[in-house]
This record gives sequence, structure tokens and C-alpha cells, in this order.
Amino acid sequence: MTTPSNNPPLLEVKNLRVEFPTRRGTLLAVDDISFDIAPGEVLGMVGESGAGKSLTGNAIIGLLEPPGCIAGGEIRLEGRRIDNLPYEEMRKVRGARIGAIFQDPLTSLNPLYSIGRQLVETIQTHLPLSAAQARTRALDLLKEVGIPGAETRIDHYPHQFSGGMRQRVVIALALCAGPRLIVADEPTTALDVSIQAQIIALLKRLCREHGTAVMLVTHDMGVIAETADRVAVMYAGRIAEVGPVRDVVKHAKHPYTKGLMGSIPSLGVRTERLTQIDGAMPRLTEIPEGCAFNPRCTERGTRCLVERPDLMAAGTSRAACWLHDRGGVGAPLMAQRSGGETVDA
Amino acid sequence: MLAFILRRILQSIAVLVAVGLVSFSLFRYVGDPINAMVGQDTTMEEREQLREKLGLNDAAPIQFLRFIGNAARGNFGLSYRTSEPVGRLILERVPATLELSFCAAVFVLFVGVPMGVYTGLYPRHWSSRLLQAVSLIGISLPTFLIGILLILVFAVMLHWLPSFGRGETVRIGWWTTNFLTWSGLKALILPAITLGLFQLTLIMRLVRSEMLEVMRTDYIKFARARGLTNRAINFGHALKNTLVPVITVAGLQLGSLIAFAVVTETVFAWPGVGQLFIQSVQFSDIPVMAAYLLLIGLFFVLINLIVDLLYFAVDPRLRSQGGSARVAGH
Repeated sequence: MTTPSNNPPLLEVKNLRVEFPTRRGTLLAVDDISFDIAPGEVLGMVGESGAGKSLTGNAIIGLLEPPGCIAGGEIRLEGRRIDNLPYEEMRKVRGARIGAIFQDPLTSLNPLYSIGRQLVETIQTHLPLSAAQARTRALDLLKEVGIPGAETRIDHYPHQFSGGMRQRVVIALALCAGPRLIVADEPTTALDVSIQAQIIALLKRLCREHGTAVMLVTHDMGVIAETADRVAVMYAGRIAEVGPVRDVVKHAKHPYTKGLMGSIPSLGVRTERLTQIDGAMPRLTEIPEGCAFNPRCTERGTRCLVERPDLMAAGTSRAACWLHDRGGVGAPLMAQRSGGETVDA
Repeated sequence: MLAFILRRILQSIAVLVAVGLVSFSLFRYVGDPINAMVGQDTTMEEREQLREKLGLNDAAPIQFLRFIGNAARGNFGLSYRTSEPVGRLILERVPATLELSFCAAVFVLFVGVPMGVYTGLYPRHWSSRLLQAVSLIGISLPTFLIGILLILVFAVMLHWLPSFGRGETVRIGWWTTNFLTWSGLKALILPAITLGLFQLTLIMRLVRSEMLEVMRTDYIKFARARGLTNRAINFGHALKNTLVPVITVAGLQLGSLIAFAVVTETVFAWPGVGQLFIQSVQFSDIPVMAAYLLLIGLFFVLINLIVDLLYFAVDPRLRSQGGSARVAGH
């Protein structure tokens, strides 16, 4: 595992805030998050829908959909600040330094162009290669991502490929110009389970071989556990916990992460019922004072209602929870909702 | 592919026969042509002779078959009005209409599509809103009014452009063209704009809404994530994906540009087939009307055939359906 402290980080995100101005006021969708990705590292980003993980990914590649915008903080790639680059400068970073993979391979490819043309076009946009050289490179990439019969398949159109094959093409497209970082936004969600594993294995192998770092955005904890070096758990626009994947999975420090892990069925351990976290993530307009998780938290105290915890050291990980502060959570409180954690039969 | 074309051609022929039936029925139901052809003092015998000569006494199906057979050979009989062969009358007039429609189509496509792309890419920009508002005028004003307004401004008040006629034309074989003389070109401008304006606004609005749709798709977002230039994204990826519906509508519009040149030709005294048709209606000159109907039918059928073939050129998904390529399993 790569330890970020040894090398200068490839990607630094500092105090990033993403806002959505709406008619009824500004929504803070990503609230002051900071993390690093080391060269070659796979950082998993998990959380429920609406936790802000995809937005963080989009902010990094500079493709937030309006009216969403970066309202504060900074993003640095290889030491260079990229969040405030003009569109044309950022365009040269996208594809060349940062690749992206989106959720749905069925719709990520332009249906009217052959995959070869899409590859060649991307390669020639970023690398000074002739058409013939670009085509050779495209062919190599297709072979590398495991498209059988690449020589003939290169001239085929997206509709002639199955979903899994298309996602391989998408990966080839993301790797075209040899980026240092790939932002993969739910790359396997739209695929069926047997193909998910293949795609994840492929992504992992390619990135190891190319030394490419990955920010893997997903809500699938299983994918993270298999693939990532470190994991960041997001909740209501903030990072709840970040740490080495093994520690977070086995010894979660934040009550939210504990709930998440408890809700995943595991082989071997016989459980009558899985843990469930009561309630739902608050809407962006109704994020409570103090810790955003406090209405659903089983371990909350008076301090959680008024003071917001930042990430703090908790064993090998860092968690945004007062449990890990010397001051503690304050006087214990019952969770607002009846019951709370394990609903055992 | 070949089977598709053959099928299409057969369908086209069927459509033309149907149009032929309609134009044939004109002979049967729009008055008695003999009355229009002869004077008050013609005797019944002479009328009967003429009737026999024109073949009007035969049974309807026989007349129809004869009509279709003749039409297929380009023979539409004699005009009741001028006693000239209808084929020649129309052929003399066709170049004027086709050149006018062609200019209008060029105007529609080369102005309308870029306007649509622009308003689709920058829907919130004030100039897009302005274009949208102006296009509403283009849609709501009737063609003849636009023509008259243009004449008033550019011919009567400014004296820049002629208000009627084709100007000088050059003869190349049987075709007379406006394109080779200065006055001919000037004479084309106002009628072409008048004829095209309505279609232009339609195309602009269609391209705009298609662009808005396409710009939201994942493959455009992914193209951005690949760092492609705006130019490649907007005009390569996005515009090409709007083409299928645009080609469909543009094809139909080109047909109606030819068919509805009637009004514009009347306003600008443009010596085309539309004007000929109006004159023929006034004289119930049925052979000319019938031939005109068939001609317009032929244009529509041809244009639709071309549109169908263009689909294949644009969309690979259609190409492979009957073809050899198959969707491969994983």
C-alpha cells in the first residue's frame, strides 16, 4: 500500500466546497472536504446517493454541471492548481492528465462514430502523433483492455459491443493519453455482477501497470474492499471517515461507517438481521447543527448537537466524530428515533 | 442495403401511381374540358368529334391506363389553354422553380442550421433569445406578406433589388439559368428569402431543441472528459447526432419548398411551374394541373428516397441491421 506521507501527493483537495445556487438559497453539496491521492494509489469514495461523492469527482475533472460551482478551496494536481484554470487550459488537463470513466458504458460512447475513430480523436487531441501512429496506439489499447479481435473490432460501432465490452472501450479511452489519475464514477453500477468483477480486475491491473492513481466513486463497499488502498466515506457532503481500507472495513471508527459495514451481509458470519441505520440522510436544505449525522447516531452526546467535528486521528484512520476527541461527545443522549442500531430478532 | 433500395423504389412507384390516380380523377370531375376549349357556336357534332379525338369517350380504367402510360413517357397531352404539349410547357418552367427552391433550400440550411446550433449551445445568451423571438415572427407571418414587405423595403424604397421576374437568364440546352447573370442572381434573392423564411425558422427551432437534447447526453459529457476541443464536440459529436431528425424534416421541407413555391412565384411574378399551375387553375387547364401534381409527387418521392439513403450514411446502427455485422455478445 502506498503511504501518502512518503511521496508528494498526486492530487490534493483542500477545503473543497461545491455550491448550487437555487431560487430558495444556496445549497452546499460538498462541504469543506480535504483529501489526498498518492501516485498509483486507489482511493475509494463511498457514500449514499446525494452524499456528494460524484460531485467531488466532477469538480476534480472540472465538469460540474451548472449551476453547480466550486465555491471555495483548491484542487492541485501534481502541485499545479487546477480548480481555477480557464476552460481551455482545463480541457488540456482532462484526458491528458486526468481520465474519467462514467457510470453507464452504454451511453458514454458516441453511437455515430466507430470506436477506433473515438480513440484516435482522443489520442490526437493530446499527443503529437500521426493518424497511423494514433491508430496503432488505439489498437494496442484495445488489446490491453482485452477486446478480442481488436484489429477488426476497432472499426466497429458502439452498438456492436456488449455492455462489458463497451466499458472496456471506455477504459481504453480514459487511458488514451496516459493520465496520472482516473476518476471512475460508479464504473460498474450499470453492468451485471459477473462482468463487474472483470471490469474491476481490469481497471486495477491497468492502473497498477501504468502507475495510474484512481479515485473510485461507488456505493458498493464490496468493490471498494477489493480494489481500493484507502477509502473515504462521505456523508451529507462531508468526509465522515478516511483511512486504509482494511482498517475502515474491519474497525470502523465513525458510527456511520460502523452502520454501513454492519448493513453488508458477509459470508461465514450468520446474522439473523443486518444492522440498519434508522432514518435517511438529511436533505441539503435541512442539515442539522453540529454533526450532520447526529439525528441518526446511536452514540451521540450533547456536544454533537452544537459543535461540528472535523477529521481527527482515530487509530490508523481519521474520523469526523467527537468520540475520538479527548473532550468526547458530552453528555450521552438517546437517538431521536426509536431504537437505533441493531434490530435483532 | 440493395434490397432496401429496391423496396423503397417499388414503394415510390406505388406512391406515384396513387398520385396519378388523383391527378387523373381531375379529368373526370373538374368540369367538362370541352366547354373550356371550344367557342359558344361550336356544334354538337364538332364537340363529339373533339371528345373522340381526345379519347374522352373511353371507359375510365382504359383512360387511366393510357394516362399513366403516357405520363411515364413524359407525354401529358396538349394544354387546353395553349394547345401546346404539356410536357414542354412544364419543362420550360421547371428550371425557374427548381433554381428558386434550391436557393431557398441553401438559405434555409446554411443559415438555419448554424442559427440552431448557436441558440442550442448558448440558450441563455441574449442573442439566442433575440433569434428565438425573431423566429417566432418568421413562423407567424404568412409568406405572401413577407414577400410584399420585402418588395416594399428592398425594391420600392431602397431600389436595391428587382421586385418581379427572373431578370436575364442564360440558356444551357433546354435549361434556363439565373446563376450566370448579375441581374438573374439579384432577382433570386428576395423570392428565395421569402420562400425560405418559414422553413428557416422551423429548421432553426428543430436544430436548437435537438442540440439542447444532445448536449445533455452522457457521450457529450464523456467527450468533454476526454478533453476534446469544443469545436470537435459541438460540430462533430453533437451536430452529427442531431442530423437524423434534421434530415427528415429538411427533406420534407425541400419538397414543400418546391410545392409551395406557388405563392412566392405569384407574388414575385416568377415564371415557374407554380405560376403555370395558378394560370391553369384559372382556365381549368386540366392536363397541366394533372402533370403538375404528378411532378410534385415525383419530387417528393425522390427527395424521400434520398433522405432514406442519407440515414444510412449518418447512422451506423441502421447500416448493420440488415448487414453482415452482428452485435457481439460479451
